[in-house]
Amino acid sequence: MIYEVFRQERKGQPFQHAGSFHAPAPEFAETYAREFYGRRAESVALWIVPRDAVVQIDDFADELGRTYHRVDGYSLKGKLKEARERAGTTAV
Amino acid sequence: MSGPERPRSELLLELADDELVLGWRNSEWTGVAPFLEEDVAFSSIAQNEIGHARALYELAAAELGTMADELAFDRDPDEYRSAPLVELRRLEWARTIARHFLYETADGVRIDALKRSADVEIAGLAAKIDREEIYHRMHAEMWLDRLQGTHDGTSRLREAVEELWPYALGVLDDELRPVWLEHVRARLAFPLPEGEPVTRGQHSAELRELWEEMTSVRRSAPAGASW
Amino acid sequence: MSPREQAFLEYVQSGGQVEAGDWLPDEYRARLIKFIEMHGNSELMGVLPEREWILRAPTLQRKLALTAKVQDEVGHAQLIYRVVEDLGKPREQCLDDLESGRAKFHNVFHYPTKTWGDVGVIAWLVDAAAIISQKALLKCSYAPYARIMKKICWEESFHILHGRDVILAMMLGTDEQRELVQEALTRWWGPLMQFHGNPIAPEDDPMVHWRIKSQGNEEARQQFLDGYVPQVLELGLELPDPALRKDEETDRWLYTEPDWDELRSVVTGHGPRSQERLEFRRHAREDSSWVRRAVLAEAA
Repeated sequence: MIYEVFRQERKGQPFQHAGSFHAPAPEFAETYAREFYGRRAESVALWIVPRDAVVQIDDFADELGRTYHRVDGYSLKGKLKEARERAGTTAV
Repeated sequence: MSGPERPRSELLLELADDELVLGWRNSEWTGVAPFLEEDVAFSSIAQNEIGHARALYELAAAELGTMADELAFDRDPDEYRSAPLVELRRLEWARTIARHFLYETADGVRIDALKRSADVEIAGLAAKIDREEIYHRMHAEMWLDRLQGTHDGTSRLREAVEELWPYALGVLDDELRPVWLEHVRARLAFPLPEGEPVTRGQHSAELRELWEEMTSVRRSAPAGASW
Repeated sequence: MSPREQAFLEYVQSGGQVEAGDWLPDEYRARLIKFIEMHGNSELMGVLPEREWILRAPTLQRKLALTAKVQDEVGHAQLIYRVVEDLGKPREQCLDDLESGRAKFHNVFHYPTKTWGDVGVIAWLVDAAAIISQKALLKCSYAPYARIMKKICWEESFHILHGRDVILAMMLGTDEQRELVQEALTRWWGPLMQFHGNPIAPEDDPMVHWRIKSQGNEEARQQFLDGYVPQVLELGLELPDPALRKDEETDRWLYTEPDWDELRSVVTGHGPRSQERLEFRRHAREDSSWVRRAVLAEAA
């Protein structure tokens, strides 16, 4: 069985995918993960997951221009300029 | 095993020689283990053992007024105190796993006793060593369980254990051996073999061969040369 | 070339990377597998010349370091073959092809190691030559390979230091020890000069075309000479090529043309140790086949 390994380099860091290996059973997987991604104490923690348990999602539908919930949906420059002119102020 | 009449350095050398010779034997699998993942794992075990040997030699060296490398390499083969079990050259996986399990269980019993030693330095080092040896024992048991999960694995393992049994009996003395026997009996899927211990103090021809190769580069330069 | 292949080519040539599950042109996939497989084979075969010296290392520190170095190489082989597997070629098949001589491995691993001097020279200079190629692969268009190259380069960083330390200890030692180093260097220089392969202009190199490689063979060699000739000469060692020098005007190294016929002959299995080492691997693998059957679900 193939296992995927995610490693955390330091506390507070995200777990990142680091590689994969073959192992006949979960106990072996733990041993091998330790060796491959921890024998130099280069990780503070590892997650090991059978490959079958990983689901990949890589298709996302975004057809109708849904900018209302993203930063690029808001352009305030023009309105700010007009508002400052009306108030007789300058930009802070 | 240890008492007021037994020199401390003798005890240390016995442990160190066991770990050095076994580490040396186990490092022979680097590059040729049954599969790559296991190759990497087993190599770490061999490195740990040599690391333990080094730490033990350093303690003994401080007492004897010498250096760890001198103790590891510069004695005559007859002066080593290693158990015959670790000296055997067995580049075959069933025998390797059998030896690994039999030795690690014995070493576990021995280290456990040393952790309670009145000698603070020895107790401290034993505790450190044990923290690494936990993984060795886990690894050995993992393989034991896996092999004993198949008919072929069990019969090969049994054959290997039977062959190594007299040597395995010789790792520990009469005081600690019974505890070890119970640990082994609990894990093996077959009855304990019969046999008389091949005790320490008898070295096989294999040790001398190992020593010749191990020291060949070192002996090519005068004593004290830098490497 | 189909429009889809053309689009793919433009994508990788502008720096785009692809993953294991992406559509890959047949030619790209085939070249990738062959290249990466040869790398995996080389890491695995590279273990053999060194492992006999683990047994003879003259101090505990050297024994530990050399075991760790060889362990890294086995680990790298594992990482690399995993990448090949995800491209569609199982590891057991790679090992079959390696052992039968159908697949190749780098020239340097076909030569004997004769002394402890070789141990130092290999760790210092062969690893250095390899790291130069490996660093260039960090930008490979095939992302899974580029990612493992990062781990490989990081782990190899101690190999060169270890090699240099071994060499320095001997250079500071007896006359005989210094002679061991010089003799090993003299023997290894030819294979080292051949290591990066015969010069192919990057425009003519399909590997560069598909952005699998980003560095031409000659560039790699020049980088190696730039970095390591000074390191060799500063120790008072001699290099066996009288024509080796840096041309001030072009800022390029000039050297005696390596024997490219020898290189071809060696990598096709006719090196001094090629067959013996392949036989050794065949034997070891056969002996342990029962273990894989007992233990690994997908054993051959």
